[in-house]
Amino acid sequence: MRSRFDEQLLLLNRKMIEMGANCESIIALVAKALLEGKADVAENAAPIGHEIDLMEREIEGICLKLLLQQQPVARDLRQISAALKMITDMERIGDQAEDIAEIITYLSGRTESDCDDIRQMAQACIKMVTDSIDAYVKHDLSLAKSVSEYDDVVDDCFVRVKQMLITMISENTADGEYALDILMIAKYFERIADHAVNIAQWVEFSVTGVHKQE
Amino acid sequence: MSEIMTAKDLCLWYGNTQALKNVNISMPEKSITAFIGPSGCGKSTFLKTLNRMNDLIPSVRITGEVCYKGTSIFDKSVDVNELRRDVGMVFQKPNPFPMSIYDNIAYGPRTHGTTNRVKLDEIVEQALRGAAIWDEVKDRLKKNALGLSGGQQQRLCIARALAVQPQVLLMDEPTSALDPISTSRIEELALQLKEKYTIIMVTHNMQQAVRISDNTAFFLLGELVEYGKTEKLFSQPKDKRTEDYITGRFG
Repeated sequence: MRSRFDEQLLLLNRKMIEMGANCESIIALVAKALLEGKADVAENAAPIGHEIDLMEREIEGICLKLLLQQQPVARDLRQISAALKMITDMERIGDQAEDIAEIITYLSGRTESDCDDIRQMAQACIKMVTDSIDAYVKHDLSLAKSVSEYDDVVDDCFVRVKQMLITMISENTADGEYALDILMIAKYFERIADHAVNIAQWVEFSVTGVHKQE
Repeated sequence: MSEIMTAKDLCLWYGNTQALKNVNISMPEKSITAFIGPSGCGKSTFLKTLNRMNDLIPSVRITGEVCYKGTSIFDKSVDVNELRRDVGMVFQKPNPFPMSIYDNIAYGPRTHGTTNRVKLDEIVEQALRGAAIWDEVKDRLKKNALGLSGGQQQRLCIARALAVQPQVLLMDEPTSALDPISTSRIEELALQLKEKYTIIMVTHNMQQAVRISDNTAFFLLGELVEYGKTEKLFSQPKDKRTEDYITGRFG
């Protein structure tokens, strides 16, 4: 009856998964570079960031075409409008991962390999992005909610990283610039997690028709 | 906003076939209510019941209640002609009478006893203005109405319905025979008319329901499945059957 429409929605889902996967890999890439002290990470991150930007345009195009051709209502309308909002957050995640990569190049190989909190933040970000896209595709409300709750883990890590950096500066003022760079990186991770929460909230809207902030 | 028409446990049979099953609905005045649903779901039958057009079909049997301004329209004291003056009807296919534009509009008021020429002139102009067609026909009021385009004919029919100063306008797919421009004129007109009148319309065009109606009722197999604010019904339908129908999964 509406097989063409369903095919177009499946295509949209596939593209969302792809874009989500790109977000995961760019976060993983910068996290690994930070923990292993790879200063050349920016040049590897840039192509993924660029790909994410292109995918945002592509998905936007798919959504606008669907709105025009299918004049969707009910769940279809929510799914498409949620996608349109989600890709903005995904694009920001890509940008922020690139920002992290840029800072890493200034660290000239110095690493935070022994900082569990940074590692945990990066892992949590990847998990939150993966889960939020997964929840979108599967219309899984409880998974979407769990992403929002998981944000606390990242926030707690950020607070601990901040404490650690305060101690670092007080013990050795020469580390000040380095500490600020790490603080920026931690803040970017914390922002990425916030974007993942935004995505999850749009998934909740897509499933229930109610946006959490209402 | 107060309710102008209500139905309570309304059932209707054509012979042995039940076309409406326990319909309960309250329609607010000065608003647009849209009825949607697949062919044969009972929406047109229900619309026609609202001004007792079904009285003309011999095999029809009705139980339950339809009230207009709190009074049962089936009550013996109700004069059907008066009911139909208050609750007018515009049909799917424009059906002007084969007479002049002027006489089409004056027909109703004349039937109801208005013969004064000056008064009739005034009613005709008001009705044609009300239906947003005055400027197009004011110089040819004596010409035959059948010479108008389809969209103009439909607005003429709306003007004809307005001429007897109704409270409610029933519209049975009023734009399904019209081109897109005439359709949007009728939609604009409906939005203007709801300032003064209550409009209840059957439409197969769901986007039309979304665009102009305040409330939407979804009928399926003679049952009123879901009724509520149009925006809500089309964004978060409560019933799975509504969701399936409006998203094109059946119907």
